[in-house]
Amino acid sequence: MSSYLEANARERLALFDSFEEFIGPAQRVVSPHLAQLNAPVSFDDGVVVGRAILGGLTVFAAAQEGGFMGGAVGEVHGAKLVGLLRRALLDRPSAVLLLLETGGVRLHEANAGLIAVSEVMRAVLDVRAAGIPVVVLIGGSNGAFGGMGIVARCANSLVISEEGRLAMSGPEVIETANGVEEFDSRDRALVWRTTGGKHRYLLGDVQRIVEDSIPAFRQAALDAIAEARSGTVELTLASLEAEQAMLEQRIERFGGRRDPADIWSALGIAAPQDVPMLDIDSFTAAAAPYRLGA
Amino acid sequence: MNAPIRVWDSLQRNRNDRLARARSVLGGELAGKALPAARISDLLHAVLENGDRVCIEGNNQKQADFLAQALAGLDPQRVHDLHMLQSVLALPEHLDVFERGVASKLDFSFSGPQAARVAKLAAAGKLNIGAIHTYLELFSRYFIDLPPRVALVAAEAADRNGNLYTGPNTEDTPPIVEATAFKNGIVIVQVNRIVDELPRIDVPGDWVDFVVQSPTPYYIEPLFTRDPAQISEIQVLMAMMAIKGIYAEYQVQRLNHGIGFDTAAIELLLPTYGASLGLRGKIATNWALNPHPALIPAIEAGFVESIHSFGSELGMENYIRARPDVFAVGPDGSMRSNRAYCQAAGHYACDMFIGSTLQIDLAGNSSTATLGRISGFGGAPNMGADARGRRHASPAWLKAGEQARQGSGTIPRGQKLVVQMVETFREHMQPAFVERLDAWELGEQAKMAIPPVMIYGDDVTHILTEEGIANLLLCRSAEEREQAIRGVAGYTPFGLQRDKRMVENLRDRGIITRAEDLGIDKRQATRDLLAAKNMKDLVRASGGLYDPPKRFRNW
Amino acid sequence: METLNYRFEQGRRSLSAEPRIVGVVSSGNLEVLIESTPLGGACEVGIQTAAVGFGPIWQAVITDFHERWQLADARIAINDMGATPAVVSLRLDQAVESMLGEGK
Repeated sequence: MSSYLEANARERLALFDSFEEFIGPAQRVVSPHLAQLNAPVSFDDGVVVGRAILGGLTVFAAAQEGGFMGGAVGEVHGAKLVGLLRRALLDRPSAVLLLLETGGVRLHEANAGLIAVSEVMRAVLDVRAAGIPVVVLIGGSNGAFGGMGIVARCANSLVISEEGRLAMSGPEVIETANGVEEFDSRDRALVWRTTGGKHRYLLGDVQRIVEDSIPAFRQAALDAIAEARSGTVELTLASLEAEQAMLEQRIERFGGRRDPADIWSALGIAAPQDVPMLDIDSFTAAAAPYRLGA
Repeated sequence: MNAPIRVWDSLQRNRNDRLARARSVLGGELAGKALPAARISDLLHAVLENGDRVCIEGNNQKQADFLAQALAGLDPQRVHDLHMLQSVLALPEHLDVFERGVASKLDFSFSGPQAARVAKLAAAGKLNIGAIHTYLELFSRYFIDLPPRVALVAAEAADRNGNLYTGPNTEDTPPIVEATAFKNGIVIVQVNRIVDELPRIDVPGDWVDFVVQSPTPYYIEPLFTRDPAQISEIQVLMAMMAIKGIYAEYQVQRLNHGIGFDTAAIELLLPTYGASLGLRGKIATNWALNPHPALIPAIEAGFVESIHSFGSELGMENYIRARPDVFAVGPDGSMRSNRAYCQAAGHYACDMFIGSTLQIDLAGNSSTATLGRISGFGGAPNMGADARGRRHASPAWLKAGEQARQGSGTIPRGQKLVVQMVETFREHMQPAFVERLDAWELGEQAKMAIPPVMIYGDDVTHILTEEGIANLLLCRSAEEREQAIRGVAGYTPFGLQRDKRMVENLRDRGIITRAEDLGIDKRQATRDLLAAKNMKDLVRASGGLYDPPKRFRNW
Repeated sequence: METLNYRFEQGRRSLSAEPRIVGVVSSGNLEVLIESTPLGGACEVGIQTAAVGFGPIWQAVITDFHERWQLADARIAINDMGATPAVVSLRLDQAVESMLGEGK
C-alpha cells in the first residue's frame, strides 16, 4: 500500500520508522455523544495520536481517520489532539506532525467540537512558541476543511499532494450560502482547481507538493522539519504582518479573477490548462519561477 | 368471375405520396434532401400516417434527440397511434410521445433510465408493449414482421447527396436504415453538420430521404466508463478468481464482458495479476466489447489483439485513433462500431460471456427485473446464451461441452462459457440469491406472457461469488445444481440452507472451488493489484490520449 | 444500533499480548479490535452494529470464524457500519493475521 490517499490513518503511520500510540483503541475512550444519536462509535474516535521515530528524530504525530465521520473533530478526538500538543510542551519532541483529513467540526458534537478546534489552534501556537515546529500533511480524499483548515495554516509548514484539498468553507456550503453562480460545488474540476494541492502550492498556502505516495510524504516531512528547525519556529509579529501584506497583495492582484486558472495565467504560467495533468516533478519545475511564497 | 386485382407496389406508391406531401409542405426550403431545423415538425406531420411503425434511434449511447423532441411535440390530433420501435428508451421525450397520445404501441429492447416511467405508462394503458427483445432480435424483426415505415436516425455528418458518416457511434444505424429503405420506408436523419466531403461513407445517400442539421450535436451517453476508485477489495478477489479459475482454466481468448465494476476489476487485473500468472497472449486476446477505458492498461501491456465494438465511448476517440491495430478503425482513421454485427460476434465468435446480475434463483436463472420498473434486456441474453448454431471448435468451447456431457452418452458438442458474477449481498444487505425471482411478480404485474429472465439457468455454466465458483457444467442432477449454487451463496438465507455434507462433496469433486483451492492468497486481494486506481491513472496509462467526460474528472 | 455477543469455549490457539485493530467505521465497513485476555480458554466476540436485525447472519459468520481459528483467551470487539458478511470475514481474518505477524 503505497498510496497515501487510499491508506487509512493507521496505514499512513508507515511513514514513520516506529510509532507508539497514546490512548490506543484498546482503552476504548469513545465518544460520549454518539450513542444517544444512534450512531456507531470508533474505539479511537477517529484519530491516532502518539510518539514516533522519524529519520532518527523523536516526533509527536496525529493521524485523522477520514473514513470515520469524515474525519470530523468531536470531543474525544479534539481532546486527543489537544492533549498530544500539550504533552509536546513537556516532552519536547523535535517536531509535531499532523496528518489531517477532516471536514472540520463534527456536527453531532457541535459545541464540544468547536471548543476543541479552538483549543487545538491555541495549542499549536503554544508548541511553536516553545520552539517545536508543527508540520501538517494533507493528502486524503476528504481534504482539510473547516476549523481544521485554519489549524493547518497555523502550522510552520504544509505538505500536500495534488489530490489533497485545503480550505475553510466546504464547496456545498458556499453554494448553499451564495448560489451556484458563485460556486458550483458539483463542478469537481472547479473544486479541485480552487482548493486542491496544485493551486494551494502556486498561491503559497502550502510549501511542498508531493506525489501521492507514503514515501514521498515521509521525505517531504523530513525536509519540512529540517527547514523549520533551521529558522524561527514561533509565530512572530513580523511573520504575521508579512502574511497580512501577502494576503492584501493577493486580493489586489487576483480578487477580480473568476477562475483559479486565470490566477495561474496572471502568475505567469504558460499553459494553465495543462497544470492539472502535469506530474509532480514537471509541475514543481513549471511553478518554480512563478509561485507565491517561494 | 374476375378476382380483385392485387396491387403489388402499394408501399412504393404510398412512399411517393408521402414524399410528395413533404415536398409540397416544405416548398423552396427543401434543398436537395436538406431542410431547415425549424421545419422539422411540418415534415413529420406531412410524412407520418396514423398507426405507422416508426423506428427512432434511441440507441444504447447515441440518441436522435432533436428528432425525439420534434416527434414528442407533434399534434396528436394530426398524428396518433404510432407504433414505436426502438432499441432503448433513454430520453424523457421517448416517453412523452406516449404521454401525449402521439404513440400508443412499443416494441423495444432496453429502457434502463426510463424503466419506472415505462411501467407507469404501461399500467395506465397509455403504452401498449408489443414485446421486449434483445437488440439482435429487434433488428431481426425489422426484416421480417416489424419493418419501420419511417426511421428517425442520427449521424455525425451528411454530404449534399445525403450520404452519411456515422463514425465511431455508428451503433444501430445500419440495420435500421437498410430495413427501412428496402421496404420503401422513409429515412430522416439529424446530423451534426452538412459537409462537402465526408471522411467516409457509412450509409449511401440513395437510402436517405431527408437530412436536417440539428441545433446541437446529438446526445451520447457515456455508459461504459467505470471509475477504478470505486472498485472494492471484494471485487478484486472475485476478479482474481475469475482470471485464475476460469480464464486460465479454459484458456479463454475470445470473450465479451458485460458492463460493471466486477468486470472492470478483471480488466484492470489482467496486466498485473494476469501477467504474474504468465497469461499475456494466452487469454483475453480478442474482444467483442465497447471501448472500455478500464481496458486501457491491458491494451498497453500487450494483452489485447483486437476489439470490435457495439458502440463507442465518450472520451476514447483519440485513444482509438492511435490504436488502429486494436480497434475497428476504417481507412479514414476513425472507428466504426456496429451493434448488430458485434452482437452476432459476441454470440458466435466468442467463447465466453461474463457479467453481473441482480438476482439468481436455485436453478441458476438470472434476472435484473425489479418491481415497478420495466427495464428490458439489451444485449445480455445474446451474449449470455449458448450458441447452439455454432459449429467451429475452440479449446474453451470443447472443454466446456465435454464437462457438460461427460458420461452422458450423448453426441459430443461444444458449449459457450456463460459466467454470472455477483456478490452474495447487494446494497442494503439485499441477498442476490433468492428462492423466487422478482421477475415472476413483475411479469404478472406487467401482464407479460412469461417472467422476464435475463439469462436462463441452463445456459449458465459458472456462478462466481466472493465465496467461490460453482461449475454447473459438472453437475449431473438438478439437486447437485441447486446445492452447487447454495454452496457459493454464502450467508444469504438461500446459502445458509445448504446441505453441508453435499456441498463438501461437491467441493471434493471440483464442482465448487474456493479461493484457497485455486491457490489464491486472499491477502493479495487489495486495490494495490489494480493496474489503474483512479481516472487519472487511466489517462496516464493512455499516454494522455484518453479524455474522460467531465463527470468522471476532478480536473 | 444493535448489540450482539458470542462466546466460544475451549479454544486452541492463543495470541500475542499486544492488542491489534484493523478496519475503519465507515459506511459498509467495520473495525475489529482483537486482544489477548484470560477467559479460561474461551473466545468472546462483542458486536455493535448500525445494521439492525441480522443476528442469524452474524451468528453464522462468527461461528465459521471460530471454526477457522479456534482462538483461546481472545476478546474481539467490533464496531460495524453495515458491512456485508464478506467484508466482516475479511476484516476478522485480517485482524487475526496481524496478531500472528502475517499480512500488513
